[in-house]
Amino acid sequence: MTSSGYATERETTEGRVFTVTGGDWDTITGSIDPLSNEKIVVNMGPQHPSTHGVLRLVLELEGETVTEARPVVGYLHTGIEKNLEYRNWTQGTTFVTRADYLAPLFNEAGYCLAVEKLLGITDDITERANTIRVLFMELNRISSHLVWLATTGMELGAISMMLYGFREREYILDIFEETSGLRMNHAYFRPGGVAQDIPESAIKKIRDFLVYLPKKLKEYEAMLSGQVIWHERTQGVAVLDVTGCLALGITGPVLRASGLAWDLRKTMPYCGYENYEFDVPTATTADVWGRYQVRLAEIRESLKIVEQALDRLKPGPIFIADKKIAWPAQLAVGLDGMGNSLEHVAKIMGQSMESLIHHFKLVTEGFRVPPGQVYVAIEHPRGELGVHAVSDGGTHPYRVHMRDPSFVNLQAIPAMAEGALLADVIAGGASLDPVMGGCDR
Amino acid sequence: MSIEPNKSETSADPVGAELGAPAQTPASPAKGMFGITGSGDVSGFGGLVRRQPETGGSPKPYGGYFDEVTDALEEAYPGFADAIEKVVVDRGELTLHIQPEKIAEVAQIMRDDESLRFELCSSVSGVDYLGSDARRLHVVYHLTSMTYRRRVRLEAAVPADGSLPSVTSIYPTADWQERETYDMFGVIFTGHPNLTRVLMPDDWEGFPQRKDYPLGGVPVEYKGAEIPPPDQRRVYQ
Repeated sequence: MTSSGYATERETTEGRVFTVTGGDWDTITGSIDPLSNEKIVVNMGPQHPSTHGVLRLVLELEGETVTEARPVVGYLHTGIEKNLEYRNWTQGTTFVTRADYLAPLFNEAGYCLAVEKLLGITDDITERANTIRVLFMELNRISSHLVWLATTGMELGAISMMLYGFREREYILDIFEETSGLRMNHAYFRPGGVAQDIPESAIKKIRDFLVYLPKKLKEYEAMLSGQVIWHERTQGVAVLDVTGCLALGITGPVLRASGLAWDLRKTMPYCGYENYEFDVPTATTADVWGRYQVRLAEIRESLKIVEQALDRLKPGPIFIADKKIAWPAQLAVGLDGMGNSLEHVAKIMGQSMESLIHHFKLVTEGFRVPPGQVYVAIEHPRGELGVHAVSDGGTHPYRVHMRDPSFVNLQAIPAMAEGALLADVIAGGASLDPVMGGCDR
Repeated sequence: MSIEPNKSETSADPVGAELGAPAQTPASPAKGMFGITGSGDVSGFGGLVRRQPETGGSPKPYGGYFDEVTDALEEAYPGFADAIEKVVVDRGELTLHIQPEKIAEVAQIMRDDESLRFELCSSVSGVDYLGSDARRLHVVYHLTSMTYRRRVRLEAAVPADGSLPSVTSIYPTADWQERETYDMFGVIFTGHPNLTRVLMPDDWEGFPQRKDYPLGGVPVEYKGAEIPPPDQRRVYQ
């Protein structure tokens, strides 16, 4: 054992414990007597650059082969589901958007669709609101997949991919900021519609992006797809076939990479997805390589949907006509962020007392939702996002549960990692694209 | 590769959707609007009485694919009459209320019978119906049939210290989801390989998602006024 600053060791009653923060694997394993210490238990995380957030993996190793892997989650549990029960239905979107922080608009969409189904107003959502939702969800899917490409590239040694992926994501975040006032945690989708209309400037940015990204995607493919190291790190690594996926409840790109074209946008459409032309990309290799190809193809399909959504975007109301549900304010982005538009403030404060009363009642009290329960599932970038919402007839949710794909998909790590090499645990875990904010909620 | 959008009759709105009652109605305050009692009420809102909806089962036919599912289950499962407490159709969703000790048997048939084929267990979670049901903890399973593109909800109610069989041997994906339900509600799943906490710390006491577990929080002072924590604020009911 070297006395370098990277690795320190101490004796405990359970054996020798090393704290490793860098350096070479040889210097650690070299100091261990191979006859008396055949097994090593490695605690990877919860603070580790390649575990996508605060995921902890307890790995039992023989040499560099993983004999047992156990994921430990919960480090980012923030009680979102419990907190929802103490806020009104509209305020709920500001909480759920913070669950899976790389796909905030999907959390909002799932939650809003559940509330709308409870209210029985699913069919009353305006055409424009639905189109905006589809447009923004697909942009969000692209940004989420770009982050996947970026972080996975970094973890497998392609550092430049990390920079490129995050750079391209900035374009999308700019579009979101232009429209909702926020780069992340938008609370842009509300039960009944969307918070405000898309400005012309954002539409122009989206059009520019549609020209910009395909060129860049070709570059990334040229950079990664033909590269020997990328092949070696991804092909035949962390294989999980359809049977394994279904048993473990794995959905999304991982399932599609194993050959099953299961995409809720096609199989159980919502928000008008049945009106868009797009394909469901699949692969048959069921490994990290297949998941990479499926995600790249999905970015292209999402671009197709974005383009169609822009064409379908006709002027019209963005909120449901029922004024007992529709958020009374007309929001606008001001110098200090998003808030009530000046016209709306002028109206309720200076012109119409009834408008003021209505605004006050709906904002402080909220609307009532008839008792019952619903389950709504949408196709999240990582798989099926299900929202189970229960109402007792009051102004607050009685119970909301989010079936987050990251949480369910992480169960696949032992199946993919055991018997494989330590380095492949990183590739396999990254290919699941777990986001701990969504996993732990 | 592309697949066709779902155009089969199974995606059409079930005709029985309007007939049903809510699956279960949580306890709600019977009277009043603001959660305040003992003060002089001049608004009249304090006298509002909330009507409790029916919580019985739905009448046949259920509509849509729901009849096919229940008929197929009845045919394949001899203990149908004992195991199924009631069938509820509400908002276009089918809920089968199951005797908790029979849940694993029913899940097995739901997965394996060729006219049911619910291959995917989408979600397992809990709901605490404190005050409205003696068996207050409901475990809710959402099953998905990819073959027929159908969904169904199974619901099993147990008392606060109750237990029910685990479905992990049928749906391995239920492993962590049952752990989460145990973690948050304290429901014991017998036969689960490793029923420990998953989101909360191992040494945590209490079950946070139960209705009698406080949210917690501290009062916040803003510009001289003190705002109580969220669970102690006045609420509209």
